[in-house]
Amino acid sequence: MKVIVDRGRCTGIGICESVAEAYFEVGDDGSLTVLRDDVASVDEDEVVEAVRSCPARALTLNRDPE
Amino acid sequence: MSQNTPLVIIGASLAGLRAAEEARFGGYSGPIIMVGAEPHLPYDRPPLSKQFILNSTNAADFLTSEDELLSVLNVDLRLGRTAIGLDVDARRVRLDDETLLDYGTLIVATGAAPRMLPSAPELDGIFTLRTVDDAAALRDRIVDSTRVVVIGAGFIGSEIASSAHHLGAEVTLLEGAPVPLVRAVGPVVGLEIASLHQRNGVDFRLSTAVQEIIGKTRVEGVRLTSGEVLPADVIVIGVGAAPATSWLADSGVRLDPVDGGIVCDEYLRTSAEDVFAAGDVAHWPNELLGSGSMRLENWTNAADQGRHAARNALWPDSATPYVTVPYFWSDWYGQRIQFVGTAAPADEVRFVDGESGTDRWTALFRSGDRIIAAATLNEPRRIMKYRKLIGRRAAWSDAMDAFPQDASRV
Repeated sequence: MKVIVDRGRCTGIGICESVAEAYFEVGDDGSLTVLRDDVASVDEDEVVEAVRSCPARALTLNRDPE
Repeated sequence: MSQNTPLVIIGASLAGLRAAEEARFGGYSGPIIMVGAEPHLPYDRPPLSKQFILNSTNAADFLTSEDELLSVLNVDLRLGRTAIGLDVDARRVRLDDETLLDYGTLIVATGAAPRMLPSAPELDGIFTLRTVDDAAALRDRIVDSTRVVVIGAGFIGSEIASSAHHLGAEVTLLEGAPVPLVRAVGPVVGLEIASLHQRNGVDFRLSTAVQEIIGKTRVEGVRLTSGEVLPADVIVIGVGAAPATSWLADSGVRLDPVDGGIVCDEYLRTSAEDVFAAGDVAHWPNELLGSGSMRLENWTNAADQGRHAARNALWPDSATPYVTVPYFWSDWYGQRIQFVGTAAPADEVRFVDGESGTDRWTALFRSGDRIIAAATLNEPRRIMKYRKLIGRRAAWSDAMDAFPQDASRV
């Protein structure tokens, strides 16, 4: 499972970081860094919640990355 | 696991939608009926005073599609309908078309409606902003050189002032209090962010009260209590919002005597059995921040409370208190304001990075030896770290040490 960020929508509000800090961090310029590319299965619920919580609807999950 | 069906949700904005989603994500398979007063599918409100107004071609930012709501979430959607009564003994909601909805579980997420100035006459050119229709009507009237007077320098008023200024309007922003936004961010940060208005060329006046709005059929201006008259083509009233609970007045659901919000316990249960509340309407005791009850009007809370209320309502055996570090953001003049925690009761507000009066700073709020809030201007990397610290009930010294470069300053 992998997180995809729509850079056109993300404005760095940071709720994803608040929910899953091991995976998301907003930088000084407001741009989002995905800290880990693949989502560990133990973290799945947390990352799913982060994705669902995005106010800009900028995050999606690719559950079946090639 | 006991589930009383159907689940009826009154309110089809963010909190109501999140409640419906959470019900389905959690495995609830019974019927869901969602009632929305507006004719629109759920849409996002924060952009209305910003991106939506700035671009006349922008459509509403829908939170979901009709297909998702009807087919995937399997919601029986009643749009353009308003709840007008609740009978908690019969467990029934009455709608404005006289439809009666029986509920097993009820979630009230009716939001808040803008307050009007009591003295405001019925004139063309007076606006409040809550809905996308309000925003579209206002947008049509603000063009280059429009004279706009915004009454009330809260977040909505300030965002509209910023957007109207960006569109080339001549903007005057009036605030009756000596300091704006005190309840939301406290006096120090309230004054600090309000200085953005002057710095960006908006005529901003504190301690300025409106005597009357002048005009015959359409708005011509505003007379201040000082006697001064400000000519205006458009007046926007942003003096706060009141919980939309008049339909509950005689229902037996306990309402707050001051603002009419719904009184909930820590589980978001109202005083009526199987009736929950979420979003702008709900007062509840936030365990993290002392014993008092709070009511929040922000995006984060509406979303989180909607989900939490649905979980607690449908799975009472695993219900948990709703505990949160409040978070909101706002964009003025292209600058990002962020706030986490609660501004009161602060013993101290300290700028730990950046300077007051500049376009980048961090201010921390201390109560006793704890950090209780943080405010930032254009410091997006920091804010969520402080939210974590506040959530952990961290000591003030931990907050001071959170970013090593701050140490040399304190």
